[in-house]
Amino acid sequence: MIEIENIHKSFGDNHVLKGISTVFETGKTNLIIGQSGSGKTVFMKCLLGLFEPDEGQICYNGQYYSKLSTKERRNLRQEMGMVFQGSALFDSMTVEGNVMFPLDMFTNQSQSEKQDRVDFVLKRVNLVDAHKRYPAEISGGMQKRVAIARAIVMNPKYLFCDEPNSGLDPKTAILIDNLIQEITQEYDITTVINTHDMNSVMEIGEKIIFLKNGIKEWEGTNNEIFKTDNKAVTDFVYSSELFKKVRQMYMEERN
Amino acid sequence: MKYLEAIGKYFIMIWEVFKKPTKWRIMKTLILKEIDELIYGAMGIIIFISFFIGGVVTIQTALNLTNPLLPKSLIGFAARQSVILEFAPTFTSIIMAGKVGSYITSSIGTMRVTEQIDALEVMGVNSLNYLVFPKIIATMLYPFAVAISMFVGILGGWVAAVFGGFAPSGDFIQGLQMDFDPYHVTYAFIKSVVFAFVIATVPSYHGFYMTGGALEVGKASTTSFVWTSVVIIILNYVLTQLLLG
Repeated sequence: MIEIENIHKSFGDNHVLKGISTVFETGKTNLIIGQSGSGKTVFMKCLLGLFEPDEGQICYNGQYYSKLSTKERRNLRQEMGMVFQGSALFDSMTVEGNVMFPLDMFTNQSQSEKQDRVDFVLKRVNLVDAHKRYPAEISGGMQKRVAIARAIVMNPKYLFCDEPNSGLDPKTAILIDNLIQEITQEYDITTVINTHDMNSVMEIGEKIIFLKNGIKEWEGTNNEIFKTDNKAVTDFVYSSELFKKVRQMYMEERN
Repeated sequence: MKYLEAIGKYFIMIWEVFKKPTKWRIMKTLILKEIDELIYGAMGIIIFISFFIGGVVTIQTALNLTNPLLPKSLIGFAARQSVILEFAPTFTSIIMAGKVGSYITSSIGTMRVTEQIDALEVMGVNSLNYLVFPKIIATMLYPFAVAISMFVGILGGWVAAVFGGFAPSGDFIQGLQMDFDPYHVTYAFIKSVVFAFVIATVPSYHGFYMTGGALEVGKASTTSFVWTSVVIIILNYVLTQLLLG
């Protein structure tokens, strides 16, 4: 569980995060949504420890990040997995090398143990025949799966995904969403996803927070987002005609 | 003020490079890879340029020694001094700043743009140690490249002198041996170690702290070459004053 208490972050005169508080629960897919420039990326980088908040606290399963020593912070980071928007795979390494990298860096396992673990996670993300290929030789969807495999190879307690299905076709995007949700439940991970994708919001948003101009404007679940009267949320989520109709149908069905 | 801030940031980066080292088993592989890329990979251009510059220095010296009273051995002497004192350590370093420095900036810069450095940081890896330390260690072998550059430069001078008809082989070799001071070679090696450190770290700084996209990677490479060259030229002056002055 990650508890966020009133965090603020500024860059010079630009006050990006203005007192955000929320709780991301374990075993759930928690989504951060909002327009470009609303502070989603800065918020996620604060959660990852890449940015230090100016004010406020972030608590990971009872450990306040600001009170941890440098060594404890590095240890905590080893409990985090991250799927970047562009996958961020190491170009010079094969798929297998990318997934094995955290094991090489942080464990003393034998080569066969590491190989078994890599085979297991690659199988888990449905990639069984790409071990020796380089990131440039595989599709965007496969790259995302490799990034997920690399993120979960160390059995993380926290999984962060920055727009995991951007640039993917709708079918692959749904597969990636489902994979993340399955992994979250299977391994009881606290997953936080930064997304623009409304399909993700509807499909896997067990907890959603909506940011606007650095403020938490709304929070709820994917069921509650249908019912909300918050204008900022409805303007953002139901900006397309299709989603407006979907919502209308849902409301009519309810009534 | 901006430059002072950059200098401060550079030294903080150097400090970070030596903190929290990566496992030796992994580091060893990275160092060998960097030796292959940065030293072995640059040998071709170093040998090629050294040979021809050694020849040009010899021809120009010969063409300027018009007084018949001056012995032909002075051509060999001048070629040796030019190559050992300046050409091999300094001129080669400027070439390396272009070739190796651009490679370092663009490779680290691309990792920054594609969030690979963020990925390392999130995993808890000291990205500066992982990326920059192997480059520093690899470039410490740069004096070997400079030694080869000295040999090839003088060989180029001998070929130009003998086959160009500027000096007989015996006179040229006598000039090479005339008043030889081994300290000059030591001076050249000291300079080359300092320049190697600059070649590894200044381009790394420009790559690591770059912002923007692919276009900025190109700009960062150019800026890094300019600043690496400037630092080398200034340090060349300072070291010459300290070691020979």
